[in-house]
Amino acid sequence: MSTNSTVDAIDALYRSESRRVLATLIRLLGEFELAEEALHDAFAAAVERWPVDGVPANPRAWLVSTGRFKSIDRIRRRAKFDASLVAVADRLAGTVAPAPDVDDESVEDDRLRLIFTCCHPALAPDAQIALTLREVCDLTTEEIARAFLTPAPTLAQRIVRAKAKIRDARIPYQVPERSELAERLDSVLHVIYLVFNEGYSASSGQTVTRYDLSAEAIRLGRLLVELLPEPEALGLLALMLLHDARHAARTSDDGELLLLDEQDRSLWNREQIAEGASLVERALTSRRFGPYTLQAAIAAVHAESPDAAATDWRQIAGLYEVLRRLDASPIVELNYAVAVAMLEGPAAGLERIDAILGRGDLTDYPLAHSARADLCRRLGRTAEAAAAYERALSLTRQEPARRFLERRLSTLDGIDADNELRR
Amino acid sequence: MKYLCLIYENERAWESASKEQMEAIMGEYYQFTDDVRKSGHYVGGEALQPTQTATTVRVRNGKVSTTDGPFAETKEQLGGYYLIEAKDLNDAIQVASRIPGAKQGSVEVRPIMSFDNQ
Repeated sequence: MSTNSTVDAIDALYRSESRRVLATLIRLLGEFELAEEALHDAFAAAVERWPVDGVPANPRAWLVSTGRFKSIDRIRRRAKFDASLVAVADRLAGTVAPAPDVDDESVEDDRLRLIFTCCHPALAPDAQIALTLREVCDLTTEEIARAFLTPAPTLAQRIVRAKAKIRDARIPYQVPERSELAERLDSVLHVIYLVFNEGYSASSGQTVTRYDLSAEAIRLGRLLVELLPEPEALGLLALMLLHDARHAARTSDDGELLLLDEQDRSLWNREQIAEGASLVERALTSRRFGPYTLQAAIAAVHAESPDAAATDWRQIAGLYEVLRRLDASPIVELNYAVAVAMLEGPAAGLERIDAILGRGDLTDYPLAHSARADLCRRLGRTAEAAAAYERALSLTRQEPARRFLERRLSTLDGIDADNELRR
Repeated sequence: MKYLCLIYENERAWESASKEQMEAIMGEYYQFTDDVRKSGHYVGGEALQPTQTATTVRVRNGKVSTTDGPFAETKEQLGGYYLIEAKDLNDAIQVASRIPGAKQGSVEVRPIMSFDNQ
């Protein structure tokens, strides 16, 4: 094999294997920082050796054991200056089996260990997200910082602190036991969901979506389903696929936000919808499904409806009924109210939204006010609609969403003039 | 690895508890302490007198200043602690979640810093 093609092969291998090798090295070396150095050393050694010696029969095993030995060497060298490290080097060299465990099964377990450790609930939520994107997805600190509109040094520090907590508080590198699995899985799913949401509907900034984060979340979701096909993991992947399938139709050519009923459904990704719908079905038949699966089922009803008018609102309202029982959050109530408005008319929906706001919930949530505005508009209560759009506008930071609300407001102003003209 | 489990609770709730309620809570603590002794997690632990008996000491510019109590505005106060020996954080969380005070207040789990060579 020529040198160039070997280097290309190493590049490709880095992309496909580096996270697996890292996950296993963390298990063997017991520390994130050491494992990252070892990973780097192992690939540097491959670039040096493979063009001469040829690519080994089992590249992954070669990388893991090279990384491990390089790490022990490194610690031995440092031990000359710091005697306390002698014991660390001896421990790593001695207690680890001579041929580290790199068969497929233990490597896949290591990947799960890595995910569960990065998403450990003892870490702050934004640290969980940053660490997962850095260690599991191999995004650079700069990429993560840009995606979350956070200064890179802040983000880097967040990751450093999280790793220090894992080390100092001794967060174990393991997949939780059966008895804890449901709770711990929730925290993993939540991280993936937040990453997806940030990509799908960026909380601020010039554009509606930051597509890279959605794609990354879907990749993570697929990995999780592959490693641990629990019903809610299927449900979350389905939910993301179904929402993301509408990606191309969510904005107009000039970047404006389009609502579900305004979207060109021929732009929806049918393949992705079919995949999402079949995952929903798998999750539902397990009978151990939860909120993610139910939300995915609702998204599937929308996705499979040929046009907005044909939407099966009865089924959607029914699914929200079940969801309310599992997750009685004001956001779910709000969505249920919108479904009720579609099924029974705007007055019934408005009554529910007013009840939510009356309890003091969602008063700072722009979508509650824009939904309320829309129902007032449909009931001909123009002044109330205008006030509610204004309120939503004052709470919205995302530019396209702001323009959308401004458009709605200006159409309201036009209603009276419009009625005059039609006469 | 050693962890300190700091138990934060609302003192007021304790002050206004009936004799039966106090006995029930004490019973739960005796049971818990007994359990963690048997499981080998227990290293030590004490209950504290309420914060009105507390004094805060600071030294500033070489001068000792003494004030009454800790910050009065917090809703929960440090009421006691357990020092435990646990395999890792997950193990420590398991133990901490069984401390009776976790049901009303909260338990802060802090790894103990070790200064000897690793």
